Amino acid sequence: MAYSDKVLEHFKHPRNVGTLDKNNKNVGTGLVGAPECGDVMRLQIEVDPATQTIVDAKFKTFGCGSAIASSSLATEWIKGKTIDEAVTINNMDIVEELALPPVKIHCSVLAEDAIKGAIKDYREKNGLTVDAEQVVATV
Amino acid sequence: MEKRLIYLDNNSTTPTDPRVVDTMLPYFFQHHGNAASRSHPFGWVAEEAVDYAREQVASLLDVDSKEIIFTSGATESDNLALKGVFEMYSRKGNHIITTKTEHKAVLDSCTRIEKMGGEVTYLDVKEDGLVDLAELEAAIKPTTILVSIMWANNETGVIQDMKAIGQICEKHGVLLMSDATQAVGKIPVHPKEVGVHLLAFTAHKMYGPKGVGALYVCRKNPRVKVTAQMDGGGHERGMRSGTLNVPGIVGFGKAAEIAKNEMAQDAERLSRLRDRLEIALRGNLEEVYINGNTEHRMPHVTNLSFKHVEGEGLMMTFNQNIAVSSGSACTSASLEPSYVLVALGLGDDLAHSSIRFSLGRFTSEEDVDFAVQAITAGVNHMRDLSPIWEMYKEGIDVNSIVWESH
Repeated sequence: MAYSDKVLEHFKHPRNVGTLDKNNKNVGTGLVGAPECGDVMRLQIEVDPATQTIVDAKFKTFGCGSAIASSSLATEWIKGKTIDEAVTINNMDIVEELALPPVKIHCSVLAEDAIKGAIKDYREKNGLTVDAEQVVATV
Repeated sequence: MEKRLIYLDNNSTTPTDPRVVDTMLPYFFQHHGNAASRSHPFGWVAEEAVDYAREQVASLLDVDSKEIIFTSGATESDNLALKGVFEMYSRKGNHIITTKTEHKAVLDSCTRIEKMGGEVTYLDVKEDGLVDLAELEAAIKPTTILVSIMWANNETGVIQDMKAIGQICEKHGVLLMSDATQAVGKIPVHPKEVGVHLLAFTAHKMYGPKGVGALYVCRKNPRVKVTAQMDGGGHERGMRSGTLNVPGIVGFGKAAEIAKNEMAQDAERLSRLRDRLEIALRGNLEEVYINGNTEHRMPHVTNLSFKHVEGEGLMMTFNQNIAVSSGSACTSASLEPSYVLVALGLGDDLAHSSIRFSLGRFTSEEDVDFAVQAITAGVNHMRDLSPIWEMYKEGIDVNSIVWESH
């Protein structure tokens, strides 16, 4: 299967690979997927509590090239955004940017879930309420 | 990385040996006749060439040339053997026994037979990929007409004990078919010696051309017949109609002749190269597992799982230079990994982490060494990216995590 140039670029030079301290109060961790399904994505954010802005993001992914590119792109996009902005990122934006074929759409879904998971974890850690609409949106 | 293209996917298809190509060439233009044209020299030359090739192929298997039916490939041969026996022997019974690790050409033919009113038993295999002989024998019943077990597995290279399987079938008076696509031309395959009555194989896995295969059908003790699946001019003793692919068959014959002469030395050289690959990779990297039995295995194949790395992603790190294939099915809509590896009892995670290396006649030691370097670098790159490798390194039991499955 031929990958798009953007997938190849992110795959060869993944951005923001790494690990943040999950015990830090300002860090939210999203871990999605399962080894049995061939994809596991861990996306972490570090939030500035004063501005609710994502100041750093890191990922590690077990998966195919598209899964790695999707998570790499996700970290690039959310850095500098507020968590309210980041939570609105839709998987189809990732599909479009990376020109993912239909069989790889699940990779983008996983990236969206990982962002939302990291934000949810950060909010829970800090006792921030999540409004009902967003909960529905993550299902 | 140095620009090199290395082909380690010979179980998918082999390059056509240049000696085979040379033998085929005159049969495209100069001797273009139809082997069924009995009334002029063009036809006679073609028929003679086909007869000669049939002898060459039969000689490789140590069978009579009348027992070779040319087809378009192993898939057609598998279909013809299974459906042909099912139809021909319907008065005797409707039960077929096969295994879960067969090629899709066998499994999907069996599914079709089930739709046609047949009953099929799919045997599990043991952890090493071998069939449990006691289980096979226990599965035979009065309505059983055929047992179909592949000679060597395409993904793992595991070779079944065909002699023991043949004895069981003989004891119970059941026909035995074998898909020997991966074995013929690479290891000695003599169906008569082991009691195999139908044997499917193809040219393009043994350095012959694509688009031509054969089915061996035993003519003596017992005389086996299959119902034709293609209607037409009654070629190939009425079992397979259709104008013969003369250049393809000529090439198949030559490939069989070369294989017969060079098999022993090829196998010896390739098993050394395969071992070199395995030893180097397992020396360079932790947590590398060999899938399937290592004693009863094709000399040129190894199937390795690189734990905590996803196979397709791994391949992407080196697939500009090295051709292999993965048991991860990330490209398929089902997202299910190789059913063959799952049948061996591998967890889905290890199945997703698997790569099949199949060496061939044109693989050199330099190729193997280059591949080792590239694959080692690829695995290290992917492990640096892998959250579950990190967990493993921190001593977290990955299996203890409750994953949200998708």
